[in-house]
Amino acid sequence: MSMSTEDQPGTPRVEPRAAAKAPQRIQVEQPKAKNLAETPIVFDLEKLEVYYSAFRAVRGVTMHIHKNEITAFIGPSGCGKTTVLRGFNRMHDVIPGARVAGKLLYHGVDLYGENVSATEVRRRIGMVFQKPNPFPKSIYDNIAFGPRVNGITGRSELDTIVEKSLRGAALWDEVKDRLKSSGLGLSGGQQQRLCIARTIAVEPEVVLMDEPCSALDPIATARIEDLMHELKSRFTIVIVTHNMQQAGRVSDRTAFFTTELDSKSDRRTGTLVEYDATSKIFTNPSDERTEHYISGRFG
Amino acid sequence: MNLLADVPPLDLSAKRSWRSVKSTIMTGLMVLSVVAVAVPLIAVLWSVGARGLAVAFKDFPDFFVKEIPVVARRAGPGMGPAIVGTLLVTGVATLIAVPLGVLGAVYLHEYGIKNRFARLVRFMATVMTGVPSIVMGLFVYVLWTLSFGYSAFGGALALSCLMLPVVIGATEQMLKLVPPHLREAAYALGTTKSRTILTVVLPAALPGIVSGSLLAVARAAGETAPLLFAVGAATEYNPHIFVEANTALSIQIFANANSSFVAAQDRAWGAAMTLVLLTFLVTLAARVVTARLASRR
Repeated sequence: MSMSTEDQPGTPRVEPRAAAKAPQRIQVEQPKAKNLAETPIVFDLEKLEVYYSAFRAVRGVTMHIHKNEITAFIGPSGCGKTTVLRGFNRMHDVIPGARVAGKLLYHGVDLYGENVSATEVRRRIGMVFQKPNPFPKSIYDNIAFGPRVNGITGRSELDTIVEKSLRGAALWDEVKDRLKSSGLGLSGGQQQRLCIARTIAVEPEVVLMDEPCSALDPIATARIEDLMHELKSRFTIVIVTHNMQQAGRVSDRTAFFTTELDSKSDRRTGTLVEYDATSKIFTNPSDERTEHYISGRFG
Repeated sequence: MNLLADVPPLDLSAKRSWRSVKSTIMTGLMVLSVVAVAVPLIAVLWSVGARGLAVAFKDFPDFFVKEIPVVARRAGPGMGPAIVGTLLVTGVATLIAVPLGVLGAVYLHEYGIKNRFARLVRFMATVMTGVPSIVMGLFVYVLWTLSFGYSAFGGALALSCLMLPVVIGATEQMLKLVPPHLREAAYALGTTKSRTILTVVLPAALPGIVSGSLLAVARAAGETAPLLFAVGAATEYNPHIFVEANTALSIQIFANANSSFVAAQDRAWGAAMTLVLLTFLVTLAARVVTARLASRR
């Protein structure tokens, strides 16, 4: 990592847009003008539960995720934000013992239905991970990997996709002269944008982001957040974040998760507390637990 | 105003303590074990070099190209057929053992990690590591040589049996070391499992797989016992893999060193030197190729 300033809760952050605002309440950029409910529903969840073998990690998640919006998942550690996110593109399939119960519809189709292929699902629903994870290949090959998997082999066609994706991830100007050098030679922030470019190169409909900025310094974080605003018009974005300010800055809707103690097994299970427009969650939450969390009294 | 005036000077020098004594003792022990490892190695290289270099490089390149004298007491070169034989036998053994071993390890680690058959295969591979090489030689003698006679291929079969468990073990370890986040990245792009293994996992593990295979090749190149049964001890060049007796450097070292004639013993030293050089060159070449591959990615 090039910078030591970790993006941790509590660390004073450089925030050009909200620097002068009072720290008590997280300020949402502006009241959302459009009616949020207008865009079509992409994910329809009802009483979703995720199990790791016998352990129920998350329960009771009922929500709609809308097209071309940024939906943020916030909440304390262990509340199941990432677990739910990984359920959206069947990344739990790789983990032995993990399974999903309840309803998870993607455009009306049950993602865990019988004839649903996980690879087809992931083709449409891409994911950016917490830690930048470029392949140990050249920058060009990192981006071209997905299109090649989908059968695109034409040199000029790949060139076009690589340039378009890198421009889309605001990385083109920084790397256009060294496309043949290794993706691992980039800085942390550049690597994460490379991973975003790699994800959008396969033209997914949804981009899932699992704490994409937690390993980045504030400047790189700001760039990724700007990028998310640009990507919103083309993709539906779901982001998990530990950083409430980030959720307030980038998202249209926010879901607050928390943990509750299971009296029978004495283990903590995550659950969805409240899901609403971001402006509502941060200014006038309906649930007391949300209120406590966003004002910093808990979690 | 001098704020530091009353402060005694800070002492940051190292204190003599039991910890520092322990450190010295442990460092000494480590140096000793390095020496204990290095001394036999250097002694072997030294004695082989001292007696073998002169033989091998006299009238260069006679020793490396001339055929082996049929009459053992006659002085003079060479070891040409044995060099070709070693390259043939080891090369064919590598061609059999490395693809099979890598595929086997991919099955064990990627597809059958929990099932009973995979566990059985893994157990058998471990057992195979412990089988003495001469037993492998007997096995191939019964299986192949009795029906088809001496040939380089029989030797290659025996050596590949010896190499297989080493390649499987090394490859499986390397596959374990491939970071899970690379697989996740590939899966998240809608890549199938087989394609992920081919395009992400195996390339990431390649340097380790090459190292493991080299270890197996180097070990096999020096094997003598299994070749005695299967290859024979020809004195002429035999470029055919499946027919007629062949020879190898290790067989020639064994046969010539057993001889009572000084000329033959000299040839044994020369052959030993040649085998060391050959192993060294092959290892070096493979390392260079892997480094090239790794830097291109």
